[in-house]
Order: sequence, then structure tokens, then C-alpha cells
Amino acid sequence: MTILRLAFQSLRSRMFTTGLTIFSIALSVLLLVGVDRIRRGTQVGFEGTLSQTDLVVGARGGSLPLLLYAVFHIGTANNDISYASYEHFANHPAVLWTIPLSMGDSHRGFRVVATDDNFYEHYRYRGDHSVQVAEGRRPEGIFEAALGSTVAEQLHYHLGQQIILSHGLEGSFLKHTADPYTVVGILAHTATPVDRAIYITLWGDEAMHLGWQNGAPPLVETPESQIHKSDLHIKTISAFLLRTKSRMSTLFLQREINTYKAEPLTAIIPAFTLEDLWTVLSAADVALSLVSGAVLVVGLLVMLTALYTALNERRREIAILRTLGLHVRQIFGLFILESTLISALGAALGLAGAYALLFAVRNPVENQYGIPLAMVGLSARVGYYMIAVVGAGALLGFIPAIRAYRNALVDGLNAG
Amino acid sequence: MSGPTAILLENIVFGYNPRKPVLRVSKLAVQAGKRVFLYGPSGSGKTTLLGIITGVLKPQSGACTVLGKEMTKMSAPARDRHRGEEMGYIFQSFNLIPYLTVRQNVALPCQIHKRRRQHIVARSVNKEVERLVTRLGLESHIDHNVKKLSTGQQQRVAIARAVIGRPSLVIADEPTSALDTDRRSEFMDLLFEVCDEAQATLVFVSHDRSLMERFDEHLALTDITQASAPITELNQVPA
Repeated sequence: MTILRLAFQSLRSRMFTTGLTIFSIALSVLLLVGVDRIRRGTQVGFEGTLSQTDLVVGARGGSLPLLLYAVFHIGTANNDISYASYEHFANHPAVLWTIPLSMGDSHRGFRVVATDDNFYEHYRYRGDHSVQVAEGRRPEGIFEAALGSTVAEQLHYHLGQQIILSHGLEGSFLKHTADPYTVVGILAHTATPVDRAIYITLWGDEAMHLGWQNGAPPLVETPESQIHKSDLHIKTISAFLLRTKSRMSTLFLQREINTYKAEPLTAIIPAFTLEDLWTVLSAADVALSLVSGAVLVVGLLVMLTALYTALNERRREIAILRTLGLHVRQIFGLFILESTLISALGAALGLAGAYALLFAVRNPVENQYGIPLAMVGLSARVGYYMIAVVGAGALLGFIPAIRAYRNALVDGLNAG
Repeated sequence: MSGPTAILLENIVFGYNPRKPVLRVSKLAVQAGKRVFLYGPSGSGKTTLLGIITGVLKPQSGACTVLGKEMTKMSAPARDRHRGEEMGYIFQSFNLIPYLTVRQNVALPCQIHKRRRQHIVARSVNKEVERLVTRLGLESHIDHNVKKLSTGQQQRVAIARAVIGRPSLVIADEPTSALDTDRRSEFMDLLFEVCDEAQATLVFVSHDRSLMERFDEHLALTDITQASAPITELNQVPA
């Protein structure tokens, strides 16, 4: 106990070097843990975005892009699928429900997603959470829209607001100015990409593009008052989510969709595709972890240097402690304790910093990049990092400790 | 006052290198409760002798009984404990742990050793530290960092730490050589007073013979030590 107090006070007396050393170790731990936690947080965030959906179906193409645009609103669909194909599978005997999704327009940087009531009925995230309307109601009319909670919050929109949608994504100069939409609902917060989207009806999407040909607007857009549901025929959608009646049939249905003769389609199992994503990202994760590991080595070497260079000034201190009846082994222990304390404090500080950082970047990352980042607890990997840092610190402490031990033996009461 | 023997060294042979003995003591006896003045020129093996008495160094042969314990037959940790429990030690200078306050420095022996804690006069270690520090006129500095103290003040703190918990033996290795003449006699007075209070045997090493008459007994190092090596080699012994 006395030794621990001595170690603590000795470190405190060298506040500046001790502080710098602790800081450099904390920084490297922050990097190590931060990389790991952000990786895990993204995984949890992504996985929580979609549940109970067995298949995601889109036009023939890569499975990862399909998942990213259909569910996470990252990237764009390269091709649409015909509404007829959608209806074919929506009415398939093995299918429990489907959610059609049509994308391609935006409003001030937020995606516009056209869907139908199935979305509100069947969409599930993080287990069994469904999308709730916090204010107002679901959009029903052609020119009605519901806002995700982040959209409403950031743009300070309220019910009854008129909004103009742009064709394509942000920065498009093609605006559907003739057809303003009215906000009739605001959705409850979900902490998924749903919060960052504007939902309209499939009719609305079709109406917006009435008269458009090959992605170009007509010379005169049809004014809102002249468009009626009966004039509209939904021709295409971007993708749809699907749940089977029995999970057993998922693989058969996937195969059936992938080999559908009428139209080239791709059906993916979201969990599998996410796994692919993590595999792709794991290389980056490894690279970042290696860099953080190198930073940690530097941090520990800084500590070693600080402790080792202080040794000469401390010969006198060791002689005094010897006269007070400390064994050489206790002197050894004192030095080990100092390095252990430094690395433990550094590790604790780094861990706290990593979580503070995660907490701080969570919303900006979600808002800026649409990447859902969940707050995640400790993991075994973080535990190993902590043990490794403190262990390596203690182990490195052996170098000055052995030197101090030998000094103590050689010097006896002579040092000064 | 003559009592049991506090220190008894017989036929001691010691060398940092076992084949080259640097110190031989055929006999050295110090009665308990005495104030003993040990004098000799620098390089005469004073610090080596003190190392043997305190059990930091272990002689190659001979018997060294200090406060009833035969040090040569004890393990190193047992000798260390014996030293910490029963002996107070004062260096020439820089006696104090630089990162502790006066209070923390003085309290150290009691924190390390239960026996020292049990032998305090006041009710608590803290009270005992305050009592001793006040006794030595340093009460206004008690919570100061020791680096802020003058050399004379630091040496007085060293006295307090050496006598707290009433050890049986106090060893002072040239404790006055860093002090000017005025401070020196003041220091000696205080040292004697608190050693008497603690009823400790005092072994005082110095080359300053002007202090000699205040002691019960005088020993010339050159009389008790005979080195096997010529004097030139002795001078190379770390002093």
C-alpha cells in the first residue's frame, strides 16, 4: 500500500512527463478502441436498420449496391424494375408481404422514397420496431409527403408545409416546381436511415414524372390540379422488400426471382450481403488497427524513455528507501507499479475518450453520411486491448525496474 | 549507563569483490544507549562499515550482531526489515524523498513498519509526526514540499524521520558536514535530545573532531579496521 502511494506520488511529482506519457498512451488506446467500436457500431447500426425482411429485390446488378440504395439510401439504383414483376411476386403464394420502394428524387439533400401502406404496416427495424407516425398521418393523396424525424428537425418543417422536390440527388437543377407536395405527417425517430428520408406515395412519384421521357422533363409540367390518380399508372419501382411465409422457402424464392424469365432481377438475403460488406471493410479495419497498434508501441516507448531517463536522478531516492527498510524487491515493485499505473491510466483515459468520441461523432456521421452508428458496449476485443496495454506497460516497466534493482544492490547506502 | 551490546562485530571480512577484501574488523562493540563518535578520514571505509551494520552489505565472513540479531545469518529481506524496524539513518544531505511533503517523509517509517507504528508516543502517526516536527521547530513547514526547505531544515526533518517510532539505533553518517557552524551545534543539540527521548543508541560518523567531546565514546576507524589492501586501493572504494 505504501509502495503504491509512493509510486503514485512519484508520478505526480513528475506531472509533466507523466501527463505526456499517459496522454500518448491514451491517444493510441483511443485509436485502437475507436476503430473497433466504430466498426462494431456501424455493424450494429446497419444490422438494426432492417429486420424481418427475407429478401431485397431489385434490377439485375450487384447485391451490395442493391442493399445499400434500397435500405440505407446510399448510392443510386442503376435500373428500375417493372411494376408488373413486382405484382407478380407480391401475389406469389410463398410471400407474406412486400414493400415497394421507388427512389430517385430528393429534397434539399434528403432522399425521397415512394412506397405504399405496406411500408407502414410491415417495415421492421431492430427486432420488432415498426415505423410510427409521430404527428399527422400517413401520406395518401398524390401530393402528400411524410418526413423522417431528422428531416423535419433539420429543416424545421411542420405539418402543412409545401415542399418542392428535385429530380435526382442534391444539386439537381431540375425541380418539380409545378407540383409542390404538402407535409401531412412526421415520422417518429427510429435511429435508422428512415429518419433521413421523405416518404411519398407511389402515385406521387408517378405524378411527378408525368409526361417525362427518358429522364427529361416535358416542356410544360402538368399542374397539380390537373393530375388525378385515375390518370396515373404505376409503371416502375426501384426495388422491393419481401418476407416469405416460411423462412424455409427463402432460398427457393431467391432462386426463382434470380431466374425470373420476364425480367432480369436480383434477390439478396440482407444479412448475407451485410456479411460481404464487413468482409470488404475488414481489410480497412485491419489496416487501421495496425496503425493504431504502432501508435501504441510509440506511446509505450515514450513511457519507457521517461522512466529510464529519470533513473539516475532517483538513485538517491532508492538509497533512502533502502535505509527505511524496503527490500530491493520492493524497489523493483515500485518501478513496475509506476509503469503499470501509467499504462492503466492511459488505457482508462483512452477508453473513456473513445466512447466520448463515439458519442460525439454519432450524429454528425449519421447526418453527413447516412451511416447508422449505434452506441455499443464493451467487447471482448476491447477487453483484450486493455489487458494488452496494461500488460505491455507492466512488462516494459521491467527494464527500468531491473536497472533500479541493480542500482539498489550496487549502491547500497552510497548513492548520491 | 552500561547495558547490553547494541552492536557487536567480530572478525568481519568484507569486499565488494569477494577475492579483494576492502575491510577487516576484528572487533567492534557498542553498548546500548551510548552515544558513539566514529571518526576517520574519508576513504577509511566508514560507509562500508555502516553498510555492514545496517545489513545492506553482507560480509564474506565474521559475525555481525546488531540489536540482538545475527545479521550474517539472516536473509536479505529479513535484514532489510530489521533495519527498517530498529534503525534510523541520517545521510550527509538529501535525506528526503523529493516528491513527498515534510509530513509524508517523517511518517514513512511508520507506514512501512508496524513495529515503528506501535512505538509512537502520540495517539496517532499523524499526531506523532506533528509532535516531532514541532519539537524540531518545523511546524510551519509541515505540509510543504521538502524541496522548499533549506539544508539545515532538511537535516532536521531527517532527524524526525530517523527517530519516529523509537528505533533502538540511530546512525548518522556525517550529518553536519553540509551545515555551517551555527546550524551544526543546533543540529547536534536536537539530535541528542530526541535520541535520548527515544532511548536510542547513537552512532555518529564524522571526520570533524570538534564535535567529539559531546560523545560518550570515541572510536577511530583506523583502529578498528585493518584493510588487507594498501591504502591507495582503499581510496578507490566508493565513498
